[in-house]
Amino acid sequence: MKHLILAAGIMSATSAVAADAPVLTVYTYDSFVSDWGPGPQVKAAFEAVCACELNLVGVEDGAALLSRVRLEGKNTDADIVLGLDTNLTAAANETGLFAPHSVTADYALPIEWTDTTFVPFDWGYFSFIANAGADVPANFAELAASDTSIVIQDPRTSTPGLGLLLWVKAAYGDEAPAIWADLSDNIVTVTKGWSEAYGLFLEGEADMVLSYTTSPAYHLIAEDDASKVAVSFDEGHYAQIEVAAKLASTDQSELADQFLAFMVSDAFQNIIPTTNWMYPAVTPANGLPDGFETLITPKSTLLLDAAMAGEMRDKALTEWLGALSR
Amino acid sequence: MAWRTKPLSPYPGIGAAVLVAAFILGTLVAVGWQADGSKGFAASDWVALRFTLKQATLSALISVFLAIPVARALARRRFWGRRVLIALLGAPFILPVIVAIFGLLQVFGRSGWISDILGVFGLPPIRIYGLHGVVLAHVFFNLPLATRLILQGWQEIPAERFRLAAQLGLSGRVMFRQIEWPMLQRVAPGVLAVIFAICLTSFAVALTLGGGPWATTVELAIYQAFTYDFDLGRAALLSAIQLGLTVTAAVIALKLSNQAGFGAGMDKPVQRWDSVSPIRDFFWIFLATGFLLLPLSSVVFSGLVGLFELPSLVFCAAGVSIMVAGASTCILLVLALPMAAAIGAGTKGLVEIAGILGLAASPLVLGTGLFILVRPYVNPSDLALLVTALVNAIMALPFALRILAPAARDVIVSHGRLAQSLNMSGRVFFVRIMLARMRPQIGFAAGLAAALSMGDLGVISLFADAQTATLPLQIYRLMGAYKMDAAAGAALLLLCLSMGAFWLLDRGGRRHAEV
Repeated sequence: MKHLILAAGIMSATSAVAADAPVLTVYTYDSFVSDWGPGPQVKAAFEAVCACELNLVGVEDGAALLSRVRLEGKNTDADIVLGLDTNLTAAANETGLFAPHSVTADYALPIEWTDTTFVPFDWGYFSFIANAGADVPANFAELAASDTSIVIQDPRTSTPGLGLLLWVKAAYGDEAPAIWADLSDNIVTVTKGWSEAYGLFLEGEADMVLSYTTSPAYHLIAEDDASKVAVSFDEGHYAQIEVAAKLASTDQSELADQFLAFMVSDAFQNIIPTTNWMYPAVTPANGLPDGFETLITPKSTLLLDAAMAGEMRDKALTEWLGALSR
Repeated sequence: MAWRTKPLSPYPGIGAAVLVAAFILGTLVAVGWQADGSKGFAASDWVALRFTLKQATLSALISVFLAIPVARALARRRFWGRRVLIALLGAPFILPVIVAIFGLLQVFGRSGWISDILGVFGLPPIRIYGLHGVVLAHVFFNLPLATRLILQGWQEIPAERFRLAAQLGLSGRVMFRQIEWPMLQRVAPGVLAVIFAICLTSFAVALTLGGGPWATTVELAIYQAFTYDFDLGRAALLSAIQLGLTVTAAVIALKLSNQAGFGAGMDKPVQRWDSVSPIRDFFWIFLATGFLLLPLSSVVFSGLVGLFELPSLVFCAAGVSIMVAGASTCILLVLALPMAAAIGAGTKGLVEIAGILGLAASPLVLGTGLFILVRPYVNPSDLALLVTALVNAIMALPFALRILAPAARDVIVSHGRLAQSLNMSGRVFFVRIMLARMRPQIGFAAGLAAALSMGDLGVISLFADAQTATLPLQIYRLMGAYKMDAAAGAALLLLCLSMGAFWLLDRGGRRHAEV
């Protein structure tokens, strides 16, 4: 019983809220709120200017985040949802739970940004990561023909996994199932999430892993290790643009607008590169951190627009399952 | 005073069982209720169901078949370090899934130890990914549990039986048939059902070691229904199927299991006179030790580097985890002890089935259902730790019952009549006799619950806000932030804490008992 009382004590301590300041609740994915993610710095920076409390709530990943908001519906406590990507925004728009924004910014995105509901906060290119000096393929067809082994994430459970699915679809269209069938003997295994796959690669279970072109920046900047490289594919690379939006049901509408505007300002954007290890949506005045200039720049950008991605998703998944379920 | 046929009332236990069943079914209904329109059972779900049944059946059978000779060897032999070995053999069971996967792959993976050794002789690396990999991992997780439960069965055979057998000059084979086989008939079906149920809800292990989407389990389909499709109706339907399968397995196990006990003994230490050849016993002990401890030692090795650079936040999370484990253990005992007493007093079927439901309940459905139920009244993140402790307790309940119920039955058989002739009240019998007699089993069950709760990611990821993180959640967060070394260090810390909690409680219960 003593444990329960202790536990209850801790719980009420963590949920203590300053009585006077308004609270802005932001639902985001778990790695954003983690102590090693952007969360703590973003919270401090926004609270310094907003005279409010920023309450970050972590929900597993982008897909789980959208499910949570759908589950809560119009009664949601969230004022902002941060961390969906353009592969999910079509489904998110259909819920009718989100409100339009009025943010404008000089975006450094690989595409023109016209969405009136969602505001981008960072972006990156999906890419395979290999050890420097390894013999790497130049595209999916070469990869399929080689005996290079890869670890990928399951599109049903992971955002990068879904990104890869749409990457192959965007590059090959109706040929995609054939590419997957040829890739099946290169795939060592399929994991639930990014962490497992990346961990397996670092343990030496595969020659390459699906991640981002920005991944080598982590090893270079945080670990002073130049041994990991992103592999450039000549079909072009699929982009992931991460976005946030205000909920229509918010009772902190002005504060939410203030947050979205803050999100594309330098104070927020400066935090992103070395905590989320992605490109900032708006390049800050002092530029990107040292080390980012070493990253590969894909020859071309592949990105299905939100409506197209939403439409393609199920078809591409069925093809993927068909090609890989021996 | 009315004549009672049993020394204590089964009603508190029945009450606890109804509560547990209501909790599990209530969350399921809450999820189903929320659904609007569902595409229902898809063709791909049949494939998932078939694969799930296949791997769970294989995993359960192989775990139990291997556990029998290992438990027999451990029951027959006394050697230096035996206690430590038995405690260590339990470790895989309480490891967080992701840590165990990495441990296994460091031994059996493409660049694991075995492949490295093969490479020295110019042989190709072994390929672990496939159905055999899934089964290997599940056996790794569950062999320790099966061994401990079956070993306990051996220890509950009164010493007098073996003494009598020795006096009658029974050969090893006859002794096996007369004493040990009936015990196995009583214990093994339940163990099979429990492991089958655990493997039914496997998800990340099956997917990662299965090597591709063909290794899709029902639990993955539930996850997909939730997050990818947001089809709550389908999630609830699949979860109901999982529950149905587990109940079926439990009912079959109950029917198969021979319920007759061994009766009372004088609690003397077991001495064996039939130990002819130690070679076979030590072969099994050696094999199990190697299989279970090699991956564990790889977890230790890879954690050592990171252990000394752990951020202080990890230690805060460790504190939170210890508290959750403590709370979870208390909740478990409050539920499990009356239920075990009720089973012991003869109210078997429903109480046992309610007890096993916890294993089959999808944590995702349980957590989401709870979330839906509490949200109108409180902020779910305020309850994150309490809910995690509660769900962990429900998940540990089936194991606890397997451990406690046979002992409770034996206490009632051996002391019930005396207590009744003394007109002892049910409460006094429960507190003074039953709890005192069952201390070793209570210690074991509490230790297992604490360790399981410590290592389980559980539902915290559904409820947590930025400030409340348990150690397993911090491990995932470290990995998500590329900090694999620190994550390995934190995993080692978690392993030590889990083992420590288990050792402390298990040991506490056995202070006066022979292991």
